[in-house]
Amino acid sequence: MKLSKEEVEHIAKLARLELSDEEIERYRSQLSDILDYADRLQALDTSNIPPTASVLKSGSNLRKDQSHSSLQSSDLKLNAPEFEENQFRVPPVME
Amino acid sequence: MDLIGLTVKKASKLLHTGQISSLELTNLVLDRIDNLNPKLQAYLTVTPELAREYAQKADEELLQARKDSQHKTSPLLGVPLAVKDLLCLKDVRCTCGSRILENFVPPYTATAVNKILQAGMVPLGKTNTDEFAMGSSTENSAYENTLNPWDTNRVPGGSSGGSAAAVAADLAPVALGTDTGGSVRQPASFCGLTGIKPTYGRVSRYGLIAYGSSLDTVGVLAHTAEDVALLMECMAGPDPLDATSSDIPLPDLTLPENSDLSGLRVGVPQEYFISGIQPEVEKTVREAIRQLEELGAEIKTVNLPHTEYALPVYYLIAPAEASANLARYDGIRFGLSNDANELLERYYKSRGAGFGAEVKRRIMLGTYALSAGYYDAYYGQAQKVRTLIKSDFDQAFKDVDVIAAPIAPSTAFRFGEHSDDPLAMYLEDVFTLPANLAGVPGLAFPVGFDQQGLPVGMQLMGPHFREDLLLRTTHAYQMVTNWHKKHPTLN
Repeated sequence: MKLSKEEVEHIAKLARLELSDEEIERYRSQLSDILDYADRLQALDTSNIPPTASVLKSGSNLRKDQSHSSLQSSDLKLNAPEFEENQFRVPPVME
Repeated sequence: MDLIGLTVKKASKLLHTGQISSLELTNLVLDRIDNLNPKLQAYLTVTPELAREYAQKADEELLQARKDSQHKTSPLLGVPLAVKDLLCLKDVRCTCGSRILENFVPPYTATAVNKILQAGMVPLGKTNTDEFAMGSSTENSAYENTLNPWDTNRVPGGSSGGSAAAVAADLAPVALGTDTGGSVRQPASFCGLTGIKPTYGRVSRYGLIAYGSSLDTVGVLAHTAEDVALLMECMAGPDPLDATSSDIPLPDLTLPENSDLSGLRVGVPQEYFISGIQPEVEKTVREAIRQLEELGAEIKTVNLPHTEYALPVYYLIAPAEASANLARYDGIRFGLSNDANELLERYYKSRGAGFGAEVKRRIMLGTYALSAGYYDAYYGQAQKVRTLIKSDFDQAFKDVDVIAAPIAPSTAFRFGEHSDDPLAMYLEDVFTLPANLAGVPGLAFPVGFDQQGLPVGMQLMGPHFREDLLLRTTHAYQMVTNWHKKHPTLN
């Protein structure tokens, strides 16, 4: 499964990763190798097999919709790059 | 009396009888860390003031307990430990081995960590890890390489390499680690330690910074099965803050006084003894299995036919989950935040600069596997094969109680050995991945050394929630062998 440069650029865009040209080429070949290996799975007949999303036999783990104590804005401020009036400040979304 | 190299159990006895104080013991270990950590780089952050604070509190409680026999204390009271830098400890920076969280200070403590602190353990600091737990050598840490105390030219394993090196070098009697694809068991193996990956859901993941949410577990690295049992008893249990934590009670982990394993059926899976294993590793593991037989266990061959698919399944599911879990690192609420004129640019630049190569690789792999047009072929197919891998174990456990297998194809490798070949690095995990995919518990313990003096480990895997079978079997083995008592000589 050989990925093209454009495909790698597309994935990087989806993942919001800024990559150098050198990185794009390096990952292109490495990801292609890994995906080749992953293609082994195609050999298996899984037509009647259900997928496993979780290994636990889940019951319902929902709780009542009651508010509990949570993080305070003073906690959130600590790590925030820009915090004003109890809000995270962000750059313009679009011009 | 040599106070360096104490097990948790021995330290607990000395502390409770008043022969040593927690402060004395803590200061001794802190001195040793001062001495040896600059070279070994097991710890990223040492917390001496916090440690002394906890030690003093513990000493007060120990005194009370000696005066008043009704005052119940945990056997862990006053014992120091190290915590992998993926588990949040309030007000102590948590880097996850990444530049993107270089200055991140968690406003809360992980449940597992909270439980051991409530029991009175003393936090020495945060240990080095492959970035976001992605790696098998701790070389992917954005900070330093951690050295294997048995041979400082070699890796300690990963991703819990810092925790493993810390315990192996007696920079802590015990440490918390995490195991998503083998990250407790493999470093335990490379460093001659006893390490557990509990059943998925056994220990709360609240405060464990997420990598692969259906695979992540909080584990323990120690010198003995006894010590592992003590930490498990403390940490196990359901948590309202983790919807995937299980309320299935921990079985009785009392370890018997005798080493009789009659009645125990041990399965040996052919698929784990493939060509490509270092011959000494295979020989040593088979010897250990013979030892179990001498103790009365019945050895049977089992088949886990889908073992060879565990690697491709894991390297689709884990990166897919990681791509979702790491989307939160966007430079807005926490973490590295690079200047930008508009929002998207902030994301691209912060993530581009903050993440290392392996993390980027896995994020992209995961993004691809989940993307439109490829989801069914990659992620969807992987989830189905995961079902097959899990049912291999369900089937095998109808015939045997535990499964014995090697942990890694080799002993500790040299730094840089796999730098140019990510796939070769992934192949280090072939024997550990299946347990994470199936959710079953796995316990690693030392079973010998190779010609170069490097530790060889073996693992036992058990049915879901049967950590007792693993611990009892390993304890029996440790009653008649001395591998777990060996410590490296450090200059």
